[in-house]
Amino acid sequence: MIRKLAICSVAWAAMTGSPALAQEIAVKLGVLNDRSGIYADLSGEGSVVAARMAVEDFKAADKGMKVEIISADHQNKPDIGSNIARQWYDVDGVNAILDVPTSSVALAVADITTEKNGVLIDSGAGSTSLTREQCRPTTVHWTYDTAALATGTGAAMTKAGGKKWFFLTADYAFGHSLEENTIRVVENSGGEVVGKVNVPFPAQDFSSFLLQAQGSGADVIGLANAGGDTVNAIKQASEFGITQAGQKMAALLFFVTDVHALGAETAQGLSLTEAFYWDQNDDTRAWSKRFMDIHGAQPTMVQAGVYSGTMAYLAAVEAVGSADDGKAVVAKMKEMEFNDPLFGKVTVRGDGRAIHDMYLFEVKSPDQSEGEWDLYNQISSITGDEAFLPMLDECDFTKM
Amino acid sequence: MFELLGVPPQVLLGQLLLGLINGSFYAVLSLGLAVIFGLLNIINFAHGALYMAGAFAAWMLLHYLGIGYWPALILAPLIVGAFGIVLERTMLSRLYHLDHLYGLLLTFGLALIIQGLFRNYYGISGLPYQIPDLLSGGHNLGFMFLPNYRAWVVAASVLVCFGTWFMIEKTRLGAYLRAATENPILVGAFGVNVPLMIMLTYGFGVALAGFAGVLAAPIYSVNPTMGEQLIIVVFAVVVIGGMGSIMGAIVTGYMLGLIEGLTRVFYPEGSAVVIFVIMAIVLMIKPEGLFGRPA
Amino acid sequence: MAMKDKTIDAAPVVQTAGMPRLHKIIFSLLLAGLIVLPFFVYPVFAMKVMCFALFAAAFNLLLGFGGLLSFGHAAYFGGASYVAAHAAKVWGLTPELSVLCGAAAAGVLGLAIGSLAIRRQGIYFAMVTLAFAQMVYFVALQAEFTGGEDGIQSVPRGDLFGLISLADNIALYFFVLVVTFGGILLLYRIVHSPFGQVLKAIRENEPRAISLGYDVNRYKLIVFTLSATMAGLAGATKSQVFQLSSLTDVHWSMSGEVVLMTLLGGMGTIFGPLVGAAMIVTMQNYLATFGAWVTVIQGVIFVIGVLVFREGIVGVLSRWLKKPL
Repeated sequence: MIRKLAICSVAWAAMTGSPALAQEIAVKLGVLNDRSGIYADLSGEGSVVAARMAVEDFKAADKGMKVEIISADHQNKPDIGSNIARQWYDVDGVNAILDVPTSSVALAVADITTEKNGVLIDSGAGSTSLTREQCRPTTVHWTYDTAALATGTGAAMTKAGGKKWFFLTADYAFGHSLEENTIRVVENSGGEVVGKVNVPFPAQDFSSFLLQAQGSGADVIGLANAGGDTVNAIKQASEFGITQAGQKMAALLFFVTDVHALGAETAQGLSLTEAFYWDQNDDTRAWSKRFMDIHGAQPTMVQAGVYSGTMAYLAAVEAVGSADDGKAVVAKMKEMEFNDPLFGKVTVRGDGRAIHDMYLFEVKSPDQSEGEWDLYNQISSITGDEAFLPMLDECDFTKM
Repeated sequence: MFELLGVPPQVLLGQLLLGLINGSFYAVLSLGLAVIFGLLNIINFAHGALYMAGAFAAWMLLHYLGIGYWPALILAPLIVGAFGIVLERTMLSRLYHLDHLYGLLLTFGLALIIQGLFRNYYGISGLPYQIPDLLSGGHNLGFMFLPNYRAWVVAASVLVCFGTWFMIEKTRLGAYLRAATENPILVGAFGVNVPLMIMLTYGFGVALAGFAGVLAAPIYSVNPTMGEQLIIVVFAVVVIGGMGSIMGAIVTGYMLGLIEGLTRVFYPEGSAVVIFVIMAIVLMIKPEGLFGRPA
Repeated sequence: MAMKDKTIDAAPVVQTAGMPRLHKIIFSLLLAGLIVLPFFVYPVFAMKVMCFALFAAAFNLLLGFGGLLSFGHAAYFGGASYVAAHAAKVWGLTPELSVLCGAAAAGVLGLAIGSLAIRRQGIYFAMVTLAFAQMVYFVALQAEFTGGEDGIQSVPRGDLFGLISLADNIALYFFVLVVTFGGILLLYRIVHSPFGQVLKAIRENEPRAISLGYDVNRYKLIVFTLSATMAGLAGATKSQVFQLSSLTDVHWSMSGEVVLMTLLGGMGTIFGPLVGAAMIVTMQNYLATFGAWVTVIQGVIFVIGVLVFREGIVGVLSRWLKKPL
């Protein structure tokens, strides 16, 4: 009944062409992420905080926009995530869904978003499928993807002399895609793969697999896994004297919160690629301080990406004049060029891939580190064109 | 060089040793479950959560009170045991006259609560806990590098398992316990305080879980899901060994650690499921478990 | 051991010819309510509730009426969900055929696992079902066609009988209503048939049933297979509603969830599982924003349920009214 009433009142407003409604652009954003599981610390409530900060900094209210933010926990389960997304579009009138870590959930939400003509600005998920095999005209993939991480870490480490690689791969689709991407980069950079092992997911004890890696004589042990699995693998590699013996560890998906959980003592010397680190320049430091004051932890690149993506989305909505047609808003985003304090210059490609610089970091040793969160040395930066895979023609929605 | 299915023997030796280390955790945990099942007839689904609580207790002792690993090795199990006693007195004791099923369901609920609370307060990334200085570093055994801490884990678990077995099978107190399992009313008639004994047994069983948690804290990250992943496996261990059989739980714990270790070399993908395959086979052929008495 | 006389607190099954009036009234009211429901409540949510109600009712057939606690029912629910999703997406079958395929696959799986599991009793039975469910989970994780942790996504909603499009939520709702309500009525019929009476006899006193000349194992196997098939029907339908099937459906926590639903509503009652499923699904839906608190609240319900509400909500109602529900 309520739904019908709402439809009636919208129709009424449309017919009478109420001037008050024409001026104010109503936007409803839904932050859909993991609030209780393994990605809760790197996305979770922090992403909601970031989205709120974006709305505040965009000065939406001054520009005649009424922005509302809601959030929910998808528990990393595609069925729960797609259920919430559907309900948000159908019942709650959400215009755009933000964040969505966990590739399986992101892919499910991307489909529903297209069906309902909403917008998905994904920050948390890593799968390259979002802008390739399953590209959609309403998807924007903002922060990173597995290919970019593989390029950053894989190429840099191979060039630095890590020619022989051994992979510990989480035995599920995400792990395999991360491994595959990295192998391609390693081989292109003149390295070789001397072995790999598929580790059941999730796992606590990696000692057996690490020993196999040690025996292989590899220079680099590539960890194609995520979250707690990576933490445990690194912890145990240090325990078994693997890192001390000269083999390097490459974490292919690792976040500042994970490094923080491990501590600099154990994680030192680890190489990893990220799109953002709080201590890069004055802008990132200032923003991160505000974030820290609200949230109590430094932002991850995923949370920073939610901020940056939300700013861009709101700018496009303002330019279009309405948030109702998701496809049109995304098309607008692809025409614009963004420059924000956290990611610098960002453009959105025809397939929805946001292009920006990525950075290779190395974890500081405890005596270099001057605080709990003083964790990274920046080694190099990788331009967006280098980092991300080239666009597939069939996914270029600007040409359709 | 002699190789077995393409694997050099020293690698195999290393893997077997690692399997034994993992088996140590299985043994201590399944021992606790078996003790509880033997006397209380309760399948303690909360065991994994209490193992996790043990690891957290060690972390909290260090973080809030500055109490290090060695005292925590005694204190954390006592804390978990005391918590277990509270659970037994307030809840479990009301279920003894009912089917096993209810004990299982109640402890399943308790596991959800304990885990959920830790998740809410400590997040999911896990908390760091360092290996004590005394045990850092390791030895090169020729075929592998053995961290001292892992060697300690095996030693500690063998000690605890043997101690528990000895107490239950060879002492007077153990004799009362076993008798109370068979016929609580009769034992009570001899003047033994059976409810007190049951309460302390549950406390002891979960204290073992807490002990395993402290052992695990320095090598695995201390996080709220660490028990969730383990509990189902440990169940399988207890069932394979024979429910309620002390010796069965201990031996099967180590043995399955070894089998899992071998699977990790030859078919790593299958190492998460091999225990269930064995459990199904054992239940089909010898339903009372490898060391259990026929019902 | 003195276990035999510690029976499960299930409400007694009534012996009646045909459906008692009270049940007829409740079923009619329920149906009437469900017909108007999608115009007030979000239909996809209502469909989810119905799928889980059927799942819990199927589980209850085994636990409440057969006295067998399976800790691996996710295998049939999830297995069927995968088969149905695959049938609809890859083979291009119509929704009703996909759902039937899923249910049939669950039935075959149930027959195979059941024939091994029923040889064991009590906790061993539960453990065997758990072991096999873990293996099914392993297959779902490893096999090609299940898509690993991505699951099978973008399952088309298709045309019923090749004619009626189910793309619209309301159209799909009525399809789901017919399937689940029909399934629940079928379960009701099974419970109140002579077969159901024998089941009750076995549950209450197995040795006596054997001495009366019943082939107890055959009855157990049949009820196990039926329960698996109906659980499969629920899972297959769910895959059509959400257009996806994923590892959640085969994970052991799903097996735990269905126990919770049945226990909360009242095992061994007709309407209990439906109430339990509705409550749990609603809770999960509306508490989703509270994150991990959902787990805590579920745990609290479990504990309170076991300590003071063993008969479940409907069980308690039934005692007050002095009528089986």
